[in-house]
Amino acid sequence: MGRYVIRRLLQMIPVFVGATLLIFLMVNVMGDPIAGLCGERACDPATAARLKAEFGLDQPVWKQYLTYMGNVLTGDFGTAFNGQKVTELMATAFPVTIRLTLVAIVFEIVIGIVLGVVTGMRRGRPVDTGVLVATLVVISVPTFVTGLLLQLLLGVKWGWINPSVSSDATFGELIVPGLVLASVSLAYVTRLTRTSIAENRRSDYVRTAVAKGLPRRRVVSRHLLRNSLIPVVTFIGTDVGALMGGAIVTERIFNIHGVGYQLYQGILRQNTQTVVGFVTVLVLVFLAANLIVDLLYAVLDPRIRYA
Amino acid sequence: MRRGRDGGAADARRPRVVTGARTAPRTVTRTATRTAAAAGATAVVLLAAACGGGGGGGDEGAVLSSSWGDPQNPLEPANTNEVQGGKVLDMIFRNLKKYDPKTGAAQDMLAEKIETSDSQNFRITVKDGWKFSNGEPVTARSFVDAWNYGASLKNNQKNAYFFQYIDGYDKTHPESGSQSADTLSGLKTVDDRTFTVKLSQKFSTFPDTLGYNAYAPLPRAFFDDHDAWVAKPVGNGPYQVDSYAKGSQMSLRKWDGYNGPDKAQNGGVDLKVYTDNATAYNDLMSGNLDLVDDIPASQLKNAPNDLGDRYINTPAGILQTLAFPFYDKAWNKPGMEKVRKGLSMAIDRKQITETIFQKTRTPATDWTSPVLGEDGGFREGLCGDGCEYRPSDAKKLIQEGGGLPGGQVKITFNADTGSHRDWVEAVCNSINRALGQGKACVPNPVGTFADYRNQIGDEKMPGPFRAGWQMDYPLIQNFLQPLYYTNASSNDGKWSNQEFDDLVDQANAESDTTKAVDTFVKAEEVVRDEMAAIPLWYQNGSAGYSERLSDVTLNPFSVPVYDRIKVG
Repeated sequence: MGRYVIRRLLQMIPVFVGATLLIFLMVNVMGDPIAGLCGERACDPATAARLKAEFGLDQPVWKQYLTYMGNVLTGDFGTAFNGQKVTELMATAFPVTIRLTLVAIVFEIVIGIVLGVVTGMRRGRPVDTGVLVATLVVISVPTFVTGLLLQLLLGVKWGWINPSVSSDATFGELIVPGLVLASVSLAYVTRLTRTSIAENRRSDYVRTAVAKGLPRRRVVSRHLLRNSLIPVVTFIGTDVGALMGGAIVTERIFNIHGVGYQLYQGILRQNTQTVVGFVTVLVLVFLAANLIVDLLYAVLDPRIRYA
Repeated sequence: MRRGRDGGAADARRPRVVTGARTAPRTVTRTATRTAAAAGATAVVLLAAACGGGGGGGDEGAVLSSSWGDPQNPLEPANTNEVQGGKVLDMIFRNLKKYDPKTGAAQDMLAEKIETSDSQNFRITVKDGWKFSNGEPVTARSFVDAWNYGASLKNNQKNAYFFQYIDGYDKTHPESGSQSADTLSGLKTVDDRTFTVKLSQKFSTFPDTLGYNAYAPLPRAFFDDHDAWVAKPVGNGPYQVDSYAKGSQMSLRKWDGYNGPDKAQNGGVDLKVYTDNATAYNDLMSGNLDLVDDIPASQLKNAPNDLGDRYINTPAGILQTLAFPFYDKAWNKPGMEKVRKGLSMAIDRKQITETIFQKTRTPATDWTSPVLGEDGGFREGLCGDGCEYRPSDAKKLIQEGGGLPGGQVKITFNADTGSHRDWVEAVCNSINRALGQGKACVPNPVGTFADYRNQIGDEKMPGPFRAGWQMDYPLIQNFLQPLYYTNASSNDGKWSNQEFDDLVDQANAESDTTKAVDTFVKAEEVVRDEMAAIPLWYQNGSAGYSERLSDVTLNPFSVPVYDRIKVG
């Protein structure tokens, strides 16, 4: 087990280097970012040259990348064009997005699994069909439509919530955005749980449990659910990374100043330091989440062993 | 699920799996339930707070909230070249001059007098009694230090070129290499309240440019502890910065020690950063925000209905044009002026401004802006038939001029902001219709603004391109010289015309304002005859506000006049 973890951690290094290099090159391909800083006029050449030197943009790309990676390893993520340290931006953005992700995950687990169990136990009944159709609708409607619709109805028409989230971004304010962010994954969790439950319901150990006279509730929660949750836990684990990085649309709609906002701003202004910095951290989160899920496999199912 | 915990001791058949599976989901669920409950409670508290907090209708002390965008550069006066940062500087600084929010005329603010006998040497006296909000008095030195800082190359100030007419600028800000002087030789402090400015050329309207933010005075704190100042700027205006959370919100409060004539009529302004102006508009509609100064294009149609007389749509000093790549031989050979004029006549400005912009733009008939007024040099109809929609004449003119270069025009624009794509497509449709050709004009989008500016800088425009101009100060000089003078900072098409340059020089040297304006208009006529750029439309400022507010207006820079707004 320990060996496996070390091997996995070592494997992360090339993935990490490759991912950051790709992002670095992609942002660089977009061209010289300094030109966008002077409004509808050409930056005077002397100032532009100085700014380029200050942000290291006058060096060849490979050198820029090496310097950048060297700095990152010492915890220096560079400076954004507005003079703020990228680490400072991260310190304000990540807590917000983590809160948003937490809310979304909670929705996925609570609503997704409950609906999954209910429909899985009642396959073919009206409840099942109803939920299936509903999840189909949620999956097929893009997030920004769901988001704008909820914002318009709950925020503007009925006045239940504020259409935007304040800069504090408390858990209470993040409920609706979290629901929007979770919606698609939630539908997947429901479907995964449903299929898994429906399959395992016919298995021998469930029949045995029923036959030895255990109460239905116990059969479901102790025996059926435990075994059916393995794929669902996997899905939710990997989804953590996807939710954090994929919050751009939701954060924009509800004006949440999290990771998505900083990334959007960074891309628009071609701010290499911000974009690469944030994506690097997201890559790390993704890799860590993946490792944890893989380890969870072994914990959940003894047939899987890591040497 | 939580109740199942009681009988957990059963099942010893699959030891490892069981414990693992049992603990994992349960812990997750438990935390989840708790968080959800906590979140629910917070929501209730928040709702209650919101209900209790509203309604209070204080006047002088009440604070209003307003939409904002994250400033692109650090908030230094000589480094701020876009509206969002300018908005803040406008509230926390007062300069030698101030532009009247209504007429745009430059009026003395901190300047007691600005004297000159030759339009080149100026003697400026600062009024007594002005202070920065940290108590430091505003002196001649506050200006001289600030201007020297702005003009010094090593400070990377993006507005440095505003000091280019001051003597010694070539030393503090050489075109390449390092600077040989740190201070402008043309600036001299005479005494506490007086300083002199020597320009490198005659520039009669120079005093009227001094209302621009780049010329703001700076307190010693700016130089002594620069980082602290940038984190929380200190100025001499009617508001002071109370708190500044970069990227999300700035709280400005009325400064009680302010002695100027334009004291704030409200307790303060909370500027909130919005990524998307559609969200800001929704917030306004639901009462979560008081003032939106950028109505999203998609809501322009509904805004007059939604807001009634709380919707503002007033002219601003913004002109949209199509510039041409004069560095490209194909666009610069004799006869092409006819093609350029023909293109201009093929654009149905009236229809586009009405359908796409819902009358928040007005078809342009000259190269300045209505906010200048007739006295300032605005000449309605100066463009003549060149700006009228005449499809058949357009076709004829283009043929006379030798046809479109390569048989097709590509209109280049940046597709990331504004509704540029919409109007470029409409312009192309209009041209195609007039010429009776399906592909005579095609849009050529560029992904980001930075890349767009890059391609312009590299002289890679394949044809006409979008050029927007927002005035820095309300003078006709600002609409002509930076855009059309040979090698001027915003002359992106590299148009060059000796007659125009001479007229501008002559106008700048003219000490009589009326005569200077008339000479500038003559220069503008050269632009017209050559059709150096196609004027499209004058842009209005649009804003909407909540029922709590009154006396909301936009100044000619399309920025709300915050100090005059009354709350409640």
